[in-house]
Amino acid sequence: MIFPAEKLTAAVQNPKLQTAIYDSTGRLMEKRRVAIAPDSIDDFQAYRTQAHRIKQHTIENLDYYLEQFERNVSANGGKVVWARDADEAVAFVRQICKEKGVQRIVKSKSMTTEEIELNHELEHDKIDIVETDLGEYILQLANEKPYHIVAPALHKTRYDVADIFTEKLGEAREEVIEKQTMIARRRLREKFVTAELGITGGNFLIADSGAVTIIENEGNARLSSSAPRVQIAVAGIEKLIPRAQDLATFLRVLGRSATGQPLTVYTSFLSGPRRENEIDGPEEFYVLLIDNGRTKVIADPAKRQSLYCIRCGACLNHCPVYRKIGGHNYPWVYSGPIGAILSPQFHGVATDPWLPYASSLCGACAEVCPVKIQIPKILLELRHEVTEAKRVVGDGRLEKLAFQLYSFVMTRPGLYNFIEGLAPRFFPGQSDGKWLNKVPGVMSIPPVAGWLSQRDLPPPPEKSFRELWRERSGGRA
Amino acid sequence: MAQRVSLFVTCIGDQLFPKAGIAVADVLERLSYRVDFPEAQTCCGQPAFNSGFWDEARKVADHFLNVFDDADYIVVPSGSCTSMVGHHFVDLYRDNPAQLARAHALESRVWEFSKFLTEVAKVDDVGASFPHKVTYHDSCHALREMGVKAGPRRLLKSVRGLELVEMDTCEECCGFGGTFSVKFDQVSGGMVRTKVNSVLATGAEYVVSIDSSCLMQIQGALLRAGSPVRTMHLAEVLASRL
Repeated sequence: MIFPAEKLTAAVQNPKLQTAIYDSTGRLMEKRRVAIAPDSIDDFQAYRTQAHRIKQHTIENLDYYLEQFERNVSANGGKVVWARDADEAVAFVRQICKEKGVQRIVKSKSMTTEEIELNHELEHDKIDIVETDLGEYILQLANEKPYHIVAPALHKTRYDVADIFTEKLGEAREEVIEKQTMIARRRLREKFVTAELGITGGNFLIADSGAVTIIENEGNARLSSSAPRVQIAVAGIEKLIPRAQDLATFLRVLGRSATGQPLTVYTSFLSGPRRENEIDGPEEFYVLLIDNGRTKVIADPAKRQSLYCIRCGACLNHCPVYRKIGGHNYPWVYSGPIGAILSPQFHGVATDPWLPYASSLCGACAEVCPVKIQIPKILLELRHEVTEAKRVVGDGRLEKLAFQLYSFVMTRPGLYNFIEGLAPRFFPGQSDGKWLNKVPGVMSIPPVAGWLSQRDLPPPPEKSFRELWRERSGGRA
Repeated sequence: MAQRVSLFVTCIGDQLFPKAGIAVADVLERLSYRVDFPEAQTCCGQPAFNSGFWDEARKVADHFLNVFDDADYIVVPSGSCTSMVGHHFVDLYRDNPAQLARAHALESRVWEFSKFLTEVAKVDDVGASFPHKVTYHDSCHALREMGVKAGPRRLLKSVRGLELVEMDTCEECCGFGGTFSVKFDQVSGGMVRTKVNSVLATGAEYVVSIDSSCLMQIQGALLRAGSPVRTMHLAEVLASRL
């Protein structure tokens, strides 16, 4: 299987990076643990179940809620714009920029805009598009993609940030986090007051009120959505929820799962442009709704729950594989367990066939998912699809043959027993883990080489189970 | 007449840890069960299923159903093999109603060893004695798919002379994951080294678990690290007497 083995190894073997990832994700895990404890919230598990059911109901009836949402956005004086794919979405933003003479855009954190590579596209047009979330701002300066859904610059230490601010902004070197924040704040304020267009994401789109809910901690989303003359909220169509009151469920689980906060610092509701007698807010308000492969996912009943995701990042923090390989080794902007199930569904299983296999199936992701997506089960489905896709094109024949041989042996007890007896017979009295290394040519068998590259194989037992069993029954009879 | 229990020793248990299988039988017989070992048993099919080769897995699952069809209880010294039979056979047979019915009929009869002791036999103290310091590793599938958490600890705490010390990452995966361990060897190796460091920090003499596959991974890494700490299946601890 072709996968970026060297890059994965480099991440695993980079002690500085490992410390950064383990410290940050470990802190988030601990905060979540405290925030979901019974003395913080009554029956957190019941909220997870409720959140799952609301998402299930919404996704199963998405056509209805999308139309209701559109009607209510229009009634509030805004406009819903539909984009089939990334190209259509980018084209709309481009058209607005042209019509309104936009030179500068302030943007708050949005994974959907990462997905459609909005910044990259608009930079071609010489538009100054500025990320205003601190982590995203750091990464934009460093020219990197988000490392994590919620904490995009999780892999950067304050010393890295000092380097970036010095090099890219020409600021005097500053290693104190609070002071670094003040540098970003000063720089970003200038952008906020001069930008003509504000772009945000959208955590929840409320069908019954036509409002976009945004949760954040820095206030930059609130500024991005209120200071500029024109405002666009970009979101995937799966972000719908039926009623405003459903937020009572989602706000309780999202902050707790993401950062261990009972509620984030800001919860904003964007419901249309500035009304008469209002002193601030945009003059024009658009909600850009993106499909970009989502309807394809909805069409598959076994895996459509992947779209229930509310982007809390808990599955990343708790994933022992993410914690080893980090965010940039996943092929798409969505990393970690949720990325491992979204990418193959959006891009096809043949694109990165290794990805569903990059999991020990430990289930930590499903255990913490606030909307109870059964990620391991979906990974298993995807692995099945990968083998089927490979069979069709005649790929992976050797592995297929190995498993055919496996099932041949495992359905023939006599043959199985014979093989079982081989190791004890040929390698008797082994006391260390090096016995397998002594077999000639064994290191040319990839699975054996893979095993021995990291650990020894415990020595084979002196007697097989059946031998022991016979002795035991014999002695007793 | 003693209640009959059929032992599914599992392929990894069979190949590498036969004493754990024998220990399961010893403990169950001590509790007055009649232990039966269906000789035609092989594997549950999990390696193929987890690798995406469902046709091959189905053939092995068919064989399992034939071997264990008439079992009253099937006791398994592994959480992940129990989960394969109890939770995933139904995925394999979703388009085959006849086999699906047989798989469903098996669900309530297949038991992970420690869960069988605490929930069917309803014992915590099996009269064992093991005067050593041990730490317990929660196997992922037993923990998350079957809720096995307190049971093994109650069993261990009832063992004479045994001191149980918890490691800080007891619920974190050891990195085995079947073919994951050899396909993503570096990542799997990194995971087990994190686990081993956590084990060593406890000062325990033994790492105990209920899954032979985790034990193979952790033991292999301990050997590679040159550590004298050894792994042991829960059944072997519970079968120990002075």
